Order: sequence, then C-alpha cells, then structure tokens
Amino acid sequence: MKIHIPTPLRTYTGGLETVSIAGTTVDGVFQQLTVTYPDLKQHLFTPEGKLRSFVNVYLNDDDIRYLEGKQETAVTDADELTIIPSIAGGLSS
Amino acid sequence: MPTAIEEITLPKLSNDEIARYSRHLILPEVGMEGQQKLKAAKVLCVGTGGLGAPLAMYLAAAGVGTIGLVDFDTVDASNLQRQIIHSTATVGKLKVDSAEIMLKGLNPFLNVVKHNTMLTSANAMEILKDYDVIADGTDNFQTRYLVNDACVLLNKPNAYGSIFRFEGQASVFGTKEGPCYRCLYPEPPPPGLVPSCAEGGVLGILPGLVGVIQATETIKLILGIGEPLIGRLLLVDALGMSFRTLKLRKNVECPVCGPNPTVTELIDYDQFCGIAPPSEVGPLEVARDKAVGDQPVVDGIPQVTVEELKRKLDAKEDIFVLDVREPHEYLISNLGAPQIPVGEVERRVGELAAQKNREVVVHCRSGGRSQKAALILKQAGFTNVSNLAGGILAWADKIDPSMPKY
Repeated sequence: MKIHIPTPLRTYTGGLETVSIAGTTVDGVFQQLTVTYPDLKQHLFTPEGKLRSFVNVYLNDDDIRYLEGKQETAVTDADELTIIPSIAGGLSS
Repeated sequence: MPTAIEEITLPKLSNDEIARYSRHLILPEVGMEGQQKLKAAKVLCVGTGGLGAPLAMYLAAAGVGTIGLVDFDTVDASNLQRQIIHSTATVGKLKVDSAEIMLKGLNPFLNVVKHNTMLTSANAMEILKDYDVIADGTDNFQTRYLVNDACVLLNKPNAYGSIFRFEGQASVFGTKEGPCYRCLYPEPPPPGLVPSCAEGGVLGILPGLVGVIQATETIKLILGIGEPLIGRLLLVDALGMSFRTLKLRKNVECPVCGPNPTVTELIDYDQFCGIAPPSEVGPLEVARDKAVGDQPVVDGIPQVTVEELKRKLDAKEDIFVLDVREPHEYLISNLGAPQIPVGEVERRVGELAAQKNREVVVHCRSGGRSQKAALILKQAGFTNVSNLAGGILAWADKIDPSMPKY
C-alpha cells in the first residue's frame, strides 16, 4: 500500500514522498516501513514501540486512533496511509 | 454557521468606505451587513512573519475594523523573502511598527493595535480577551499550545496555519463544537526531533498561500458564511500542488477542551515543550535550538569561541573541525571542514573513528545543531569534543567579514 511521507521525515526515506509497503494491518505495514527505512523508527515510535503522540496516522481520511481496530485495523493495497507530524513554522522561520 | 461577531449595533460605513468595499457590497453573501460586521470585527494576528504578513494585509484590505499584532521581533533582511508586510525601508524597525506602516498605507480606516511583546502565559489572556478571532501564525510549539489553550479557555476561534519547507497545514481550532490543537497533537515533539524551519528552510510563497487560507477562514468566521475548517485539517503540498482535508475529532480525553479538563488555566509552556524560553534578543533559531552563547561548558561540551578556533587553526594545532550543516548550506559559506549533516552523525559516526581521541570542534550555522552533534559524538566515546559557539555566523561577524551570512 501507499504511505505518504511528510516533508520533515523525507530525509529518512531518501527523499521519497510516497513509499509502497506490503502488509495486512496498519501495524504490520508500519513495522515493515521501519525495517525498510530504519532511520524513521525513532521518529515514529517511542523506545517502547508505541506510536509517538505528536505523530498522527491517517488510514485514508480517518485518524487510526478512532478506528475500531486502531493499529490492528486490516488494510488492503488500495488503502493509503498518511503520516501527519506536528509542524510549527510560521513567523520568522 | 453563527457569526463570530456579537450582534450589537453594527457601525455605519462612510461614503468613502462604501466606495472602497463596493466589490464586497455587491456580493450577496457579504453585502452591507457583512461589511459592517467586518468593520466591527477585532482580529488578533499572533506573529507578523511569513503567515501573519499576508493574513494581516488581506484582513486590512477586506475592511476588518481592528487588527491586533503581536510580535517582539525587528525586521531583518532575511525576512523579506516571504514577509511581504515589511519592506527594505523598514529593515531594523520593530515588526509591529513596520507592519502598521504597510497596513495603514493599504487601508487608512483600519485601527491597528500593537502588542510589541512576546506572548506568554502571564499576558495571553489579557491580550486575547478583547478580540473576536485569533489567527495563530507563530513559529514555535510553546506559543502554539499557549494560543490554543488561551483560545479554548476564552472560547475564541483560532484560525490556525503552519508551514514547513513545501508543506502547510490549516484548520480552525478552539470553537465549542470542534476539536482543538491538543485534540490533534496532545503533546509536542521533544526538542530536536523535528527540525526547525531555520534548519529546514521554507519556500517563500508557501506562508503566503497558507496565510491567505487563514485570512479566508477568519473572514468566514466573522461573516458566518460557508464551512470553516472546524473539525478538518487542510494539508497543502506546494510541490505536488495538492490540497487534502482530513477529518479531525474532538478528543474526549483532551486535557483542555474535553468534558473533564485538567488544564483550566495557562501553564508553563516552555516546560511543557521541554525547551528553554525563546530569548527576546537574537535570531529565533538560537532560542529554539538552545544555542549556547557565552557559557564555557554546556551539558559537558566545552564552548569554543571563533577567536579561539582561529588561533588554533593558525597555530596549526592538531584539531579536527566538523561541519554538521546540510550540503546546500555548505555551498553558501564554509570553513573547508568535512561535513556530515546533524541528522546523519549518529549513523555515520564510524567514518570519524580515526578522530576519536583528537580534539574535535563541531560547527553549524549558529551553534545549536553542532551542540547536538557534539553530544552525540561524546556519547559515542569521543574524548575531546567542543562546540563552536555562534557557528559560522559568528565566524563571519568576527573573523571573516567578507563571508556571506544567511
């Protein structure tokens, strides 16, 4: 499935804005994503393996926190995941 | 959609104002009543930078009666690549004064209220309480959370926008029916994990694009028309030129806007974000990245001055200088040192194995990133690592005035 990588994290995917990762659940896809791009891991997950609270993940148009299965939600190749990190730029930046 | 303006006796428009706003007045969705609502409206722009510049200018042009400006900075030449409310002639002036000149030039009917101060927990409620809509265009997480919480506590809508390189976000937070910034991001990222804009750069027109979206949302809130971005997050990708909106939900466990709030007054946001407060002087990057001015040792890393480095280089002492900026920064100016970007130091530390017991001086643009890199090297077992205080900017200031600053 397609995963949209936001600008701040593209450094860790070799500049790619979308990557294709196979998997059957949100969690499975994310595990595979951090195997393929190991530098992403510390930016997405805490050392305990929990998704960091300032990173939001959307399955298509829905926040996975509000899906019934949360990270265990089943996915198909036609679905898309989007990572939305906090950005603060604006004034002097 | 209810209007953000209290239905009081609306102010009358003069004939000059009627002529000026004619394209609004003949638009049924605005009309005379809408234009009077705009005149009655008070909008606070937090920041007069990349986002605040187009935002305030369009609000002024549209006939918003009162615009408040919060900024403590002065205009710098490097602002002008995107902060079109300022100009070459106002470099060095206070941003609130510079912005006022442009806004009043555009629309003399406008009332500008200048708050030449840093927004803090101590003054935010007092400043925000007089406004109908708050437009947040700040550049740091502390102020983002501060503005959010103050808006929720005061029940004021917050037209939110933020940018990074080629990407932007916009939403409307802080309304009764919709989520707030904390529903989306309960906690800020730890310092250092997300690169700051000063490190990352920004495409100059992007804040224009996003700031105008904030202005659009502000006008809609005042007029009570259309569907504001309440409960939706707009994602803007300037390179792909794609716009997406994602559904946002009110978090029932939100500590500010949830049914059982634990944050019922403003807190210490520097502490919440785990960073030192932004300094009132100097570039914001320094504040954000905790650049370490005059302290000789910070977190176990000795701070070397540019004069000291120059002396060591001239004396041909056995030192290894490492540049931890990005390759494109190297092309602007450099000290001829080998380069590993700060984000890659940990992974590529093996390349530096031969330097482990040498004296290593790490430098970046202004001293923030190199401090981070120095800590990584120390942790990796390097025995003699120091940080170049003030970075290559200090070198340009004090050693080589011919060097360009960026």
